[in-house]
Formats: sequence, structure tokens, C-alpha cells
Amino acid sequence: MNASPILSILILLPLLGGVLVVGLGAEQKKLARSLALGFSFLSLALAIVLWRKFVPTTGELQFEETHAWIPSIGVQYHLGIDGLSLVLVLLSAIVVPMSMLASWRIQERVPLYFALVLFLQAGLFGTFTALNFFHWFIFWEMSLIPAFFLIKLWGGPMRSAAATQFFVYTMVGSVAMLLAFLAIYLSVGKFDFTDLADVGRNGTLASALSVKLGWYDLSVKRLALVIFGAAFLGFAVKVPLVPFHTWLPNTYAEAPTGTTMLLTGLMSKMGVYGFIRILLPIFSEQIRWVLTPLLWLAVITIVYSAGAAFAQRDLKRLLGYSSINHLGYCLLGVFVAAKMMANEDASANDKAAALNGVILQLFNHGLTASTLFWFVGMLEQRAGGLRGLNDFGGIRKVAPIFCGLMGIALFSSLGLPGLNGFIGEFLIFRGAFALSTWAAAVSVVGLLITAIFILTILQRVFNGPLNGKWAGLPDLTIGERVLVLPAIGLMFVLGVYPQFILAAVNSTVIQMVRQLRF
Amino acid sequence: MNWIVQHLWLIPALPLLAAGLTALAKQRHRKFAASLSIGSMIGSLILSCLAFKDALQHSGAGEVSRQYLNFKWFQFGDQWLKLGWVLDPLTAVMLAMVCFVGLLIFIYSVGYMSHDENFTRFFCFLSLFAAAMLGVVIANNLLLLFICWELVGLTSYLLIGFWYHKPSAAAAAKKAFITTRVGDLAFLLGIAWLYSQAGTLTFYDHGQGCLEKDGITKLVAQATAGGMAVSTGIALLIFCGAIGKSGQMPLHVWLPDAMEGPAPVSALIHAATMVAAGVFLVARVYPLMSGSPGGIPSGTAALQVVTWVGAITAVFAATIAVAQTDIKRILAYSTVSQLGFMMLGLGVGGIAVGMFHLITHAFFKALLFMGAGSVIHGCHDEQDIRRMGGLRKFMPLTFATYAVGMMALSGVPILFSGFWSKDEILHSAHAWKISHWPFYLAVFGALLTAFYMTRQVLLVFFGDYRIALGRITRTEQYSLEHAGVPAEEHPQSELAGAPHESPPSMTGPLVVLAVCSVILGFIGTPLWPWFQSFLTGEHLRFDGHALAKPDVLFTMILSVVVVTIGVGLGYWLYGRKPVATAEEADVLEAIQPEVFTLLRRKYYFDEAYDWAFVGLNRWWAKACDWLDSWVWNGLVQLCAYVVVGISWVNRVIDEYVVNLSFDEVCRRVAGGGNLLSRLQDGRVQRYLRIIGIALTGLVLVLIWGCRS
Repeated sequence: MNASPILSILILLPLLGGVLVVGLGAEQKKLARSLALGFSFLSLALAIVLWRKFVPTTGELQFEETHAWIPSIGVQYHLGIDGLSLVLVLLSAIVVPMSMLASWRIQERVPLYFALVLFLQAGLFGTFTALNFFHWFIFWEMSLIPAFFLIKLWGGPMRSAAATQFFVYTMVGSVAMLLAFLAIYLSVGKFDFTDLADVGRNGTLASALSVKLGWYDLSVKRLALVIFGAAFLGFAVKVPLVPFHTWLPNTYAEAPTGTTMLLTGLMSKMGVYGFIRILLPIFSEQIRWVLTPLLWLAVITIVYSAGAAFAQRDLKRLLGYSSINHLGYCLLGVFVAAKMMANEDASANDKAAALNGVILQLFNHGLTASTLFWFVGMLEQRAGGLRGLNDFGGIRKVAPIFCGLMGIALFSSLGLPGLNGFIGEFLIFRGAFALSTWAAAVSVVGLLITAIFILTILQRVFNGPLNGKWAGLPDLTIGERVLVLPAIGLMFVLGVYPQFILAAVNSTVIQMVRQLRF
Repeated sequence: MNWIVQHLWLIPALPLLAAGLTALAKQRHRKFAASLSIGSMIGSLILSCLAFKDALQHSGAGEVSRQYLNFKWFQFGDQWLKLGWVLDPLTAVMLAMVCFVGLLIFIYSVGYMSHDENFTRFFCFLSLFAAAMLGVVIANNLLLLFICWELVGLTSYLLIGFWYHKPSAAAAAKKAFITTRVGDLAFLLGIAWLYSQAGTLTFYDHGQGCLEKDGITKLVAQATAGGMAVSTGIALLIFCGAIGKSGQMPLHVWLPDAMEGPAPVSALIHAATMVAAGVFLVARVYPLMSGSPGGIPSGTAALQVVTWVGAITAVFAATIAVAQTDIKRILAYSTVSQLGFMMLGLGVGGIAVGMFHLITHAFFKALLFMGAGSVIHGCHDEQDIRRMGGLRKFMPLTFATYAVGMMALSGVPILFSGFWSKDEILHSAHAWKISHWPFYLAVFGALLTAFYMTRQVLLVFFGDYRIALGRITRTEQYSLEHAGVPAEEHPQSELAGAPHESPPSMTGPLVVLAVCSVILGFIGTPLWPWFQSFLTGEHLRFDGHALAKPDVLFTMILSVVVVTIGVGLGYWLYGRKPVATAEEADVLEAIQPEVFTLLRRKYYFDEAYDWAFVGLNRWWAKACDWLDSWVWNGLVQLCAYVVVGISWVNRVIDEYVVNLSFDEVCRRVAGGGNLLSRLQDGRVQRYLRIIGIALTGLVLVLIWGCRS
């Protein structure tokens, strides 16, 4: 039974836009920008329509489309969304126009740039809605290639090295993931995520793997863990999880501002999405076997990346490490939700809290981090390419509105209550404390170090005596204020009324938690 | 439900609206900003009075009456997280105090900040602070309290760092935020724990709230690691937040540095309201601390910790105050010390004892800070008490009100409120069955309080004015710069002139507060303990013989003796022979230089923390960065080099082994072909020759073959 093909249209729209824009000549810059922006606004409109038509009271998949594609190997064209996907589709629809607006001043090969952004958006929409591994993997890779070119062609001085490292590192993970799923296909004969989730849930995955594969006399448990490890690697590199994170600071620093916004706002969410959508349902048994090491990894990610952020002098690298830190909280929430508890009924609300917090944090972090990088980009533009922590000082005197708005975004990133960054973190800690107290207690250190480096940014860049070099620094123009205001406004709205997002997500989360206890 | 309870949210909402509107105003709209802020505070004050009247009407029935309103915020799982507000006696007194003192300070700020170019922004932040603080007071839900608590911290950060171009102010603001955040993180864990154990964060909710009988009983009954009750564990974590916010040891280091902010900020935030929020929090969650739903103290571990922390902080900070020379810093350490007294009171005497001192202290401490601001303003931004003296001739009104405040703080008997509130604390500490040490510490603290306040007043207001007229001080120059006045434009007469009294907009609030510092004492005397009965719900009786009871009389006489000794000691050391010059060493310093230096340098706490925690953070950051650059990155580079190495080997094999051998074979084939191609060289004679030879050979073979 196929619902209206709204999801397919959602994916095709940016693809079509990209094809149109890439065909434009290099001199038609204005047309390219406007056309691309128009398409992204169309996608936003469509995403909002999707939002309105979504039924929040059920946790089932909606707008499902299933068509047979390659029946002989079980590949289907299978799309569908639930609360998690909806939130991420909406986030993609919001951040891509922001990224385009931030890239307005790019002058070389403009049509190609905006076309690549549109292709990236199509890849993202596909990743967040696809439910068959083959189909999903195509879009997963499809989002990687435009990102590579975006960094390589328009990035900073060390862009080639950064782009290559980004591409190869992510590809290694993807290849490992591909092999794992091929192994699963050989054992179980399915590619569809819902079918695989059923198999994972009734515990037959491990035995099926060992029956059909039987490598090097590995025990049933070890073989299942190896396959899990390979799939895990693919997502761990994407999020990223320490120690697979070293590609991130260089990539974020060298990419142009608009691309960094896409990377931090959207592509990092792909990793966490994979954890929740794919790893958690299918490999929950394996996750439970290695839960303590996984929790350690999450906690280390949180505290380590916060520490490394404090040591950075380049604002973009600093915010890159801060991104790793924020996504560490998401992974903490995901791992504690997988934990097998003695009294599952009593823990259901704790797990629901954690997962609700994770999804809310994904949306809020995507919004806040993109806005922060936008501000840094604006500062860099005005300062002629400088973006070091110690290059500025006292610019609050000459650019008070800029500092005020960026201050709001910084405090949101810090997790100040009243802004959007707080509730997600609170819910994650609410769940994590009940399910794994030690992990929650150690992770608060990350909150403290985050506060320290964010306030250090405020102290060094905005406060203090005015650095004479920047006495003529222009404040935000009216146009820029208008552009940034929706994002800032959303930060306040979501801080005061998080039910806006949680209403759509809660039923899905209840369903997920119920399915996690077999 | 009556009108005021339903609309209690308006009390914080009015200042919030004022803050929002002022944020959008331009810097030159000063009158607009000031009148909006003051107007909103007047509105909140009126509503608070209505709320107070309502709480009064509902009280006196023998138990504490509470009215509340809860609403749903967001959902997770099958639970709704609710927020709400509550009107009970505790809320009512805090609302009245915060609005009243806040309004007076707002009016004072109009005069004090009139020369500042960022006047509008100041009022925006002040209003935002007022909104957040009032939110803390009315919150019926621990999460809502925490949200407003953090916003109070944010506005404190913005106001301490108000003169942001001063590096010291920017650093002090960051230090305040980080230090309180350490406490707040423990608070957050406490909230998460309470939520998961009690299932709700709402305090009062028709019997289901976490502070109501069922909730408390359940929490007390459960035990956690080390045999501690869950309620005690949660209470201790929440108390960590209070330690941070109220500047108790060991998180006290931010409060003195917070004096970088303007004097109204110090008065409002760091004397009367924000730091009192920690004490208020302990009072609010008292059932968790004491393990029973009422406000009566018990000997639980949590309350013991509160008592000890309070007692130690009281003495610790008082000793440091003795050796300080900045007029505001003395008051800052005094605040820390008095907050210690309040915590001590809460621990040994219950909600009423601690809150009484909180209310009286708010008034006279705000008075003292505003008086100090008036002094600073009148002395052209001089803050060092060694460079003052004899000011009672120049600023009589400031002197009079300051003296009232000083006497209230020291606990001069009968007339002044500080005597009665401190006496309650001493009385309860004396009656505490667990240990008498808090009592001794409190008595010593009271003695030190009288001593250092006497010292301050003598050095500032008595003797001769020690500044040589005509010299511009460094502080003056700096402050004139921050006020936006270029150095060349100050009239010389103002610079070099004598100190002057402050304008009525500044001295008016001083007088009002002085009056309050006197009359507020009478609402809580043992003769007629109205305040105590209002908060605890007990019946109120006028007890004519209360003062004759032996324990009450004992504490009263002891207090009088202690105050006399303290003031007398101060006069003996500082009053008999007035200090002649600014550079002369302090009397105490002459007697005991090492002790004095230790106290002056605040027991080197700042240096220790800098070395330990700041250093630790820096080290951790460097270590992570090093690990990233060399270890993880190194591994990745190693993999890259291995892959490159393999591909190089491949290339070598390709080019030199496979390719070469292939080339070799090709050469042979070519060579063979070359040879073979000589057979086809096109010379017909050769072909005929070979055919002829071959034919002959063939015939011969056939003939011989046939023969055999």
C-alpha cells in the first residue's frame, strides 16, 4: 500500500534543482544563486507540508512507499518516515537555505557550488527516509561526493589534504559497513531495515551469521561482534566518536563556511541517525554485550573533545571539537537506551527520556552549530581571513549587535536554560542518570569544560579592551540581521516550547523503547 | 483559586517584558529604559503586596497554607513534565523583599549610572535579573527553579562584566559563572536523581508532589550507596548548587571578585537577592533536607552538612574581611560570612530562623553597599579605605544611614534588626544537640563582624580626609575613561575637589532602607514572633515573659557582650589614634604581619585554585590536543603511509617485475617474428631455390622409401 509519493518528490526536488543549476554558465551567478535558493525554499515548504500532515500520535512509519527494484537480491525502493526522520528532514530543509545564504559571496564557479549543495541535500533527504540498505547506501555515499568537492574546490589553504582525508576516512568506514551488511544478507537474505530489525529482535541474527558464514572458527558471539564492529565503524567515523575523529577539525577548518554549516549541522547527524535507525534495532543484543566499553567511548568522547576544544586557537577548529562534544551526549543517550535493565517497566520512561533528549539535541545542535559557524564566517570575512581566538578583543564596543546575537548562540551551545540547547541535554542526563549513573556523573565534566571554553571565547573575542586593529569593524548590516534572526528566534522558541519537536517524536520513541525490550 | 494565584506569573513577567523592550531600545533612550524598568518593578511590587495579603489571609490556621497552579510543558514517554508556581508564606516574604529592595536599587541606579554611556543596557540587564530572581522565588517545580537559577547566573555574568573593556571585570564575570556552574552541575545531577526516584519534580501537586508527605516518606525510606538515604543524597547534591550560588566555602572565590561590577549590582545581586537564592533554595527544599514534610529541623546528615559549612564559612570569611582595604570587598566577605550564618540558622533552627536573617540582612546589606557606592561616587571613584577618612563631615546623610546599617550588621541590641535575627541563630545553635561547636563559631563570627565593621567605619568616616587634594588617583582616571569622558575634558575643580554628598536619587533609598533596618527587627522578636509563626504555621502569641526565659536571656546578654567587645576592640585599635596617612601600615599588620598577610591574601585560595583546577583544565586540554595531533592522527597517518607503501611496492612490482618480464617476452616474440619474417623476403629466386631443394629431397625420400 503506497501513500502519496511525497517523499520521492522531496528527494527529487533538489536533484532536479541541482541538474538545472549545474547547467548554467559560470557568468550567470545571480541566476544560479537565486534558482538554488528557490529550490531549497521549495524543499522547506514541502518539508513543512510533510510536518503538518504527519500524525504524531502513532509511532508507526508514515508516507511509506514500497516498490520492487531488484527482487532477486531483495532490494526494494522503500521509503518511509517516523518522528526521528521527520525531525531530521525538517532540520535539513532549514539548514540548507541558511548554508546557501552564508555562501552568497562566493565568486568562483558559482553554479557548480550551489548545484553540489543541492545534490548534497538530495542525498541527505534520501538517507533520512530510505529503509532498505541498498537504497539507503546509495544516498549515504551520494552525500559524500558533493561534500568532497565542496571542500576541495572552495576551501582554505590546506583544502586538498583535508578533503582527501575526509573522503578516504569516511569511505573506509562505509566500506566496512557495506561488507557487514553483505555478510548479513548472505546469512539472512534480507536488506530491508524493518525485516532486519525483526531478525535482530528475536535473537536469530548471531546464529544465522555463524551458520552461513563460519569464518576461521570464530564462536557465534565473536562472529556477531565482528560484524557489528564493522557496521559500527561506518557510523562511528561519521558522528564522529573518539578515536575516529581526527578528520573533523581539519575538515571543518578548511571547508568554506557554508559547507562547514552543512557538515556540522547535517552530516554529523547522519551518523547518529544510523546508530538509532540501524544499529540499535538490529544489533541491540551485540550492543548489550559490549555496553560498558561503548559507554566509556561515549564518555571519553564528551570529556576528551571538550578538553581538546579548550586548547584550540582557531575558532573553527574549536567549534569543530565542540560539535564532537555535543554529539557525544547523543551517543551517551543512545547507548544507555540499549541497556537491559532489571525492571523494564520502570526504566521505560528513563529510556524514553534519553531518546527524546537525543533527537531533540540533534535538531537543536544542528541549528545552533550552523548558526555559530555562520557567525564565525561573518567575522572571518570582516577580518580579512583571520579567525584566531587571540586575534580580536573588545569588539563588543564596535559591533554590539553582532556580539549580542553571537552571544545568544554561544550560550545556547553552552546549554543555558531558556534557549534551545538545554532541554535535550537535560533529558539525556535524566535518562542516563537512572540507567548508568557513573556515565552521567563523569559526563557533567564535559558540561563544565564546555562552559569554560565558551566563556573564554566571549572573554577574548568580545570583552576586554578594544584591539586597535578592529576599531573600524562593521557591525551586522540590516540584511544580515534579518537573515540571522529566524535562527535566533527558533533558539528562543524551542527553548521555551520544546513540545513543538517532542510532540512529533514522542510516540516514535515510545515505540522504539518498546521494541528494544525483547 | 483566586485571582492573584492564577496571575502570579505576572510578577516575573513584567520585568521580563521591560527587559525585552529595553533590549531593542537605542542607547540614547535613557528615560524610556529607566522608567520602563522602574515601572515594571512597581507593578511587580504591587502584585507582590497583593500576594502577601492573600498569603496572610490564608495563614494562621495552624499549618502552612499553600496555593499553587501547575501546567504541562512537554511530554516524554508516558509522562508529562509539569511546571508551575506556588504561593506560600516563604514565597510571599521573598517576593515582597525582592521587589521592594529591587525597586529601591533601581531608583538608586538612575543616579549612580547617570554618567555611564551604557545606561540603557544596564537597565535591560537589571530587569532581566529581577525577572529571573522572581521566577526562582515563585517556582513550584525544581526544573523551573533551576532554569531561573541559571538565568540569574547569566544576568550576574552580564552585570559583573558590565564594564567589559576592563580585563579584570571580564575575568571576574567568567570566574563567577564557572564557579557557580561547578555547583550547578552537582545540582543538575541532583535534579536528575530526584526525578528518576520520585517521578516528579513538582513540589506541591495535590499530594503527589516530591516535597509532600508521600514523596518524602518514599525518598527517605530508600537507601543508596553507603547506607545514605536517597533524600539525603539528593539534598546534598542540591546543596552543592546552593554552595556555589551563595558563595559558601569552598566555592566562595567568585563573590569578592564580583565587586568589579557597579555598586548597584553589588547591592542587588551580591547582597540582597542572588546570593540569597542559595539560602532560599535550601529553605524551599527543606523537607528533603530534614526528611520530614514540615519546616522543622532534624538531625539528618544533610542538615548537619549545611550547619557545618555555614558555621565554617561564617568564621572563615569574617577573618578575611578583617584584613581587606577595599570598601566593597570588606562588604563582600561580610556577605559571605552572613550567608554562612543563614545556612547555620537553617541547619540548626529551621526555615524561619534562616529566612529571618536573610530578610533583615537583605535590607541592611543593600543599604551598606549602596552607602559604599555613595562614598565611592562622592570620592570620585576611590575605593581604598586607606585613602578615605573623615567623610562624615562631607557626607552626613550617607554617614548616618551607613552607621545604621553597620549597627544592624554588627548586632547592636534592641533597636536594630540584625540583633534580633542573629540572636535567633545563636539561640538555635546553642540548643543544637549534636554539637556545640557551631555555636562557638557563630559567637566568634559575630565578634569579628562587629570588629571589622567598626574598623571600616572608623577608617572611612572618622579622622581626617587622607587624600592630598589635587592629585588624581589612578582609579579616578580609569573610571572617568570608562564613563566615556575623554581625559582632557574633566574640569580641574571636580577632579581635585573634596568629596561631596550624593544626589537625592541616591540618598533617598538609603534613608528608606535605614528605616527598614530598624523596624524589621520587631516582627521577629521572642516577645512577638510574628515572622516565625507566619513561616512555620504555628499559632502566634504575644509572650510577655519570653525575654525572661533563661536560654533566651543568656543568648541576648552574650550577644550584647560580644558586640561590645567587637566594637570596643575596633575602637581601641583604630579609633583612639586616627590613621594619619594613606600609606601607613594597618595597626594589625604592625602587630602580626604574617597573619595579616595571610588574611589579606584570602588564605591563598585563589592561587591554590588557579594552580589546581585552572592548571588541571589547561593540562587536560594540552594533553588531549597532543594526543590528537600525535597519537590518533599519527595512527591515521601511519595507516596512510602503509597504504602508500603498499601501493609503491605494487608499482615497483608492476613496473620492474611484471612489466619488464612482459616486455622481455614481447621482445622474444618480436625476435622470433623477426627471424620468421626473413623467410618472406620477397626474392622469388630464393623461393624457387628452396622449392627445388625441397622437391629434390622429397623425390629422393620417396624413391628410397619405396625401395625398402
